[in-house]
Amino acid sequence: MVIYGVALLAGCMIAGVFVGDILGEILHVQANVGGVGIAMLLLVLITDRLRNTGRLPKPTAQGVAFWSAIYIPIVVAMAAKQNVIAAIRGGPAAFAAGALAVLVCLVLVPVISRIGREDGGAGGTRVADIGDAPETGGHQRGAGGHP
Amino acid sequence: MKSVLDIIAGVLADNGLVTAFAFVGVTVWVSYWLSARLTRGRIHGSAIAILVGLILAGVGGAATGGKNGLADIQVLAGVGFLGGAMLRDFAIIATAFGASFDVLRSAGIAAMISLLVGVLGSFVVGAVVAYAFGYHDAVSVTTIGAGAATYIVGPVTGTAIGASSEVVALSIAAGLVKSIMVMTGTPFVARFIGLDNPRSAMIYGGLMGTTSGVAGGLAATDPKLVPYGAMTATFYTGLGCLLGPSIFFFTVRALMA
Repeated sequence: MVIYGVALLAGCMIAGVFVGDILGEILHVQANVGGVGIAMLLLVLITDRLRNTGRLPKPTAQGVAFWSAIYIPIVVAMAAKQNVIAAIRGGPAAFAAGALAVLVCLVLVPVISRIGREDGGAGGTRVADIGDAPETGGHQRGAGGHP
Repeated sequence: MKSVLDIIAGVLADNGLVTAFAFVGVTVWVSYWLSARLTRGRIHGSAIAILVGLILAGVGGAATGGKNGLADIQVLAGVGFLGGAMLRDFAIIATAFGASFDVLRSAGIAAMISLLVGVLGSFVVGAVVAYAFGYHDAVSVTTIGAGAATYIVGPVTGTAIGASSEVVALSIAAGLVKSIMVMTGTPFVARFIGLDNPRSAMIYGGLMGTTSGVAGGLAATDPKLVPYGAMTATFYTGLGCLLGPSIFFFTVRALMA
C-alpha cells in the first residue's frame, strides 16, 4: 500500500532528526546536526535491503516516489517564502559577504572534486548511468523533465 | 451580506495547503511555458520557477512588510507551510530514494573535506568583508562571518557570543544573499565547475552548505543530483554552529586583540 512508503519515509525522517538533535545536544550546538542527511542514509539503506529481498512492492515505492517528485514544487514554495526584502535591505556589506562566499566556494568545487578521485572507482559515475538502471527507482525523479 | 470576493478569499484561506498546491502548480506551469517559449528550454523551467518564486516573495514582502514573503499574504499562507522546513525536509529525504549508496561511500572523504573547507572558507570571506566594512570587534566580525556560512549559523553564533541585533540581522541578510545566489546561479555555473555527477554534487553541497540554496540550485540544474548535494549540505549548518561560537570566535578574538 502507498501509505507504507509514506510511513517508511516519515519513520526515517523522525529517526534521523532525532539522532541529529541528540548529536546537537552532545556537541552543545543549538542546531540539528545532519538529521536530514542521516534520514537519507537510513532510507537508502532500508529501501536497498527491501528491494534486494523483494519486499518493496510498487505501491510502497510510489509512496516515496511521490514526495520525491513533488520536491521541486516544494522548493518553489520555499523560494516564495524567503525574506527577499531583508536580503536586499542588508545593504552592500551583507551582499558582499554572501556573494563573495559563494564565488570562493564555487571555485573550490573542481579543486576538491579531484581529491581521492584516482582510487574511488565509482567516483566518476555519471548521473545518467545511475538514472538508467531500471531497479533504482530513480527514473521518476526525471518527471520534472527537460522539455 | 458577504461579497463574492470575500467568500473566495475565505475559501482560499481556509484551505491553505490546497490553495498552495494550486498556486505553485500554476507558477510551475507558467515557468515551464516561459522556459520553452522565451529561452527555448535553455534556462530550465525549474530555474525560472524558483526565480519567479523569489520575485513573488519580494512582492509579498514589500506588500505586507512581513518576513515570510508571499506567505504573509493571508490567502497564500499555505505556501509558507508547503515551503516550510517540515515538508521541505520530507521531500529532500524522499529524493534519496534511488540514490546510489556506493557513490555516497566512495565520495565520503572528499565530502567531509568539502564541509570543513566550505564552512571555513565562507567564514573567512564573511569575516574579511565585515572587517572591510568597518566592523572591528571580534563579536561582530565572527557573527557576520558565520552569517556568510548560512543564515542559521549567523544568528546562532551571534546569540551565543552576544552580538547586537543589528549585526545579527546583517548576518541573516548575508546568509540570505548566499542562499538566493546559489539557488539562482547554480544552473549557470554548473558546466564550468564540473557539476554533472553525483560526486561533484556532494562536494558542491558541502562547500555551499545552504540547504535551501543547494536544494533549489541542483533541482534547477539536474534533479538527479539533488540527493547527493542535499546529503552533505545538511551537515553544514550543524558544523557551522559547532565551529562558529567556539574555534572561530576564539581565533578571531586572538587575532584582533
